[in-house]
Amino acid sequence: MSKIQKAFENGKAFIGFITAGDPDIETSEEIIMKMAEGGCDLIEIGIPFSDPIAEGPVIQNANVRVLSQGVTTDKVMDLVGRLSKKTDVPFVFMTYLNVLFKYGYDKFLSKASACGISGVIIPDLPFEEKEELSSVAQKYGIDVVSLIAPTSEQRIKTIASNAEGFIYEVSSLGVTGMRSEIKTDLKSITQAIKSVTDVPVAIGFGINTPEQAKEFGHIADGVIVGSAIVKIVEEKGKDAPDAVYEYVHSMKSALKEIE
Amino acid sequence: MSKGRYGIHGGQYIPETLMNEIIELEKAYEFYKNDKDFCEELDRLNREYAGRPSLLYYAEKMTKDLGGAKIYLKREDLNHTGSHKINNVLGQCLLAKKLGKKRVIAETGAGQHGVATATAAALMGLECEIFMGKEDTERQALNCYRMELLGAKVHPVTSGTMTLKDAVNEAMKEWVSRVDDTLYVLGSVMGPHPYPMIVRDFQSVISREAREQILEYEGKLPSAVVACVGGGSNAMGAFYNFINDDEVRLIGCEAAGKGVDTALNAATIANGSLGVFHGMKSYFCQNEFGQIAPVYSISAGLDYPGIGPEHAHLHDIGRAEYVPITDDEAVSAFEYIARTEGIICAIESAHAVAHVMKIAPKMSKDDIIIVCLSGRGDKDVASIARYRGVEISE
Repeated sequence: MSKIQKAFENGKAFIGFITAGDPDIETSEEIIMKMAEGGCDLIEIGIPFSDPIAEGPVIQNANVRVLSQGVTTDKVMDLVGRLSKKTDVPFVFMTYLNVLFKYGYDKFLSKASACGISGVIIPDLPFEEKEELSSVAQKYGIDVVSLIAPTSEQRIKTIASNAEGFIYEVSSLGVTGMRSEIKTDLKSITQAIKSVTDVPVAIGFGINTPEQAKEFGHIADGVIVGSAIVKIVEEKGKDAPDAVYEYVHSMKSALKEIE
Repeated sequence: MSKGRYGIHGGQYIPETLMNEIIELEKAYEFYKNDKDFCEELDRLNREYAGRPSLLYYAEKMTKDLGGAKIYLKREDLNHTGSHKINNVLGQCLLAKKLGKKRVIAETGAGQHGVATATAAALMGLECEIFMGKEDTERQALNCYRMELLGAKVHPVTSGTMTLKDAVNEAMKEWVSRVDDTLYVLGSVMGPHPYPMIVRDFQSVISREAREQILEYEGKLPSAVVACVGGGSNAMGAFYNFINDDEVRLIGCEAAGKGVDTALNAATIANGSLGVFHGMKSYFCQNEFGQIAPVYSISAGLDYPGIGPEHAHLHDIGRAEYVPITDDEAVSAFEYIARTEGIICAIESAHAVAHVMKIAPKMSKDDIIIVCLSGRGDKDVASIARYRGVEISE
């Protein structure tokens, strides 16, 4: 069993996202440790990209903040290397394909593997283009996480039956960011996925309250929260670690209430 | 490896949310491009609405003045809406109607594609929203207001460098949010497959006509076809039907801004490297970590950090050449063609004219150059005046 799949053995999984280096490398390291302590079963670490086309304003602004401070892929790798020595919570990278492509797939994935990364989530890498990356990732035991969207329809079974690590079920059309209402029929999509694979499914995009975590935790194996955490960092800066801990703790507690 | 490849370039690097839509678009296009009614309708619009075929004009004064190759101008500036962009939008908006879409969105740099899309949308009864970098809404204020007159809503984009690249980002985000009733009418031979193919096919009318016209006027093919390149749609259209004519040199002119050796340029072939962005694998201006570079050109339409995948391939195999042209050279060419031929062309097209001014004198009188005059320059008059330190109020 992959390290990612173990993250789904502790009840419904809570997956938190953070942009690496936000508000600065040191505080970021502290925030990620607090996310682990607060109850994250898996942590997505965003490597900043200049043009994050799947992100809403909160995460996009975090990318801008971090890049303007000179955070690079190498600095993010070093950060993850230090974190992996302090916690067993699995880490996955979330970034855009060009960040890996320009670095070189082999060089990127070998370094990522050495610093303790278990998977990568690449929003601009659909199923049709996945092979060029996954063939290299396999060599290093890194899972390339597949995304399934509300518009995937007949593609669900093809994507799900070839999935590894976990499946990222996108809750809504549009970009990342907090939503008060999610209308997609996630139950049927989850069922369609479950009919072809045992790979765990986590729902993300728009989730930010404990009530939503419970609602979607019922449907899937876990929930993913990004913008709500990044928003706390945006507002509190260096004082964010404790607030992030409280938030993560409240979300994981809500998930624990699910039988 | 997916469909839509030009050598190693192209592909479909887009979010899963858009994949079904892109597949449907490709299916619809493959069907309608051979559908008699669709082709007749498009042909009628091209002739009766856009004013095609566009003239191939012998620039006699310019030819004599430069003293070398015979120069012909392919007058895309005379099309309705004032540029080649109408060729593509009429096709894509017709497709949108066939797909049952109620709404179209588009990015625009100089505003030419935005104006063309707003025009076609008005004609065909589609809602229209245009994404334009805030910096471009300021340097192309006239086009901005033209779009509003045509009933479109213009969204000034304030993220990133606030130019064409960011307008594409925002248009993509909007499409992901409303993929059901909306078609993204992409303006250049870029983005995920099938866009580079669709836009190239609709623009290839330029070289189809030019090839027939030059054979009729001169009884032979040109020695060179010259066009400006941002994403590369007018160049692809001007090159396409000459690609198999090995004796015809194909020359794309990139925006070198303040110079290829400075930080302020948008010369992708000169300075870019292989990458994946905006749905395609191609060449991009970027740093060592794959962060897309902030690019610059006086021309909002060429101010883009990438190039269409088919151009990247034509470069790789040596079939087309790409040369950098600076702001200074383009502005001088803009003024030169106005005085010499009485034609105020777009500052984008002036990049191609600038290169013709360099090569024509060195060529023989038996040589022929066709230069694609992709657009008219009314929109640029105020910014050229500013460039020359002249204060005018629009």
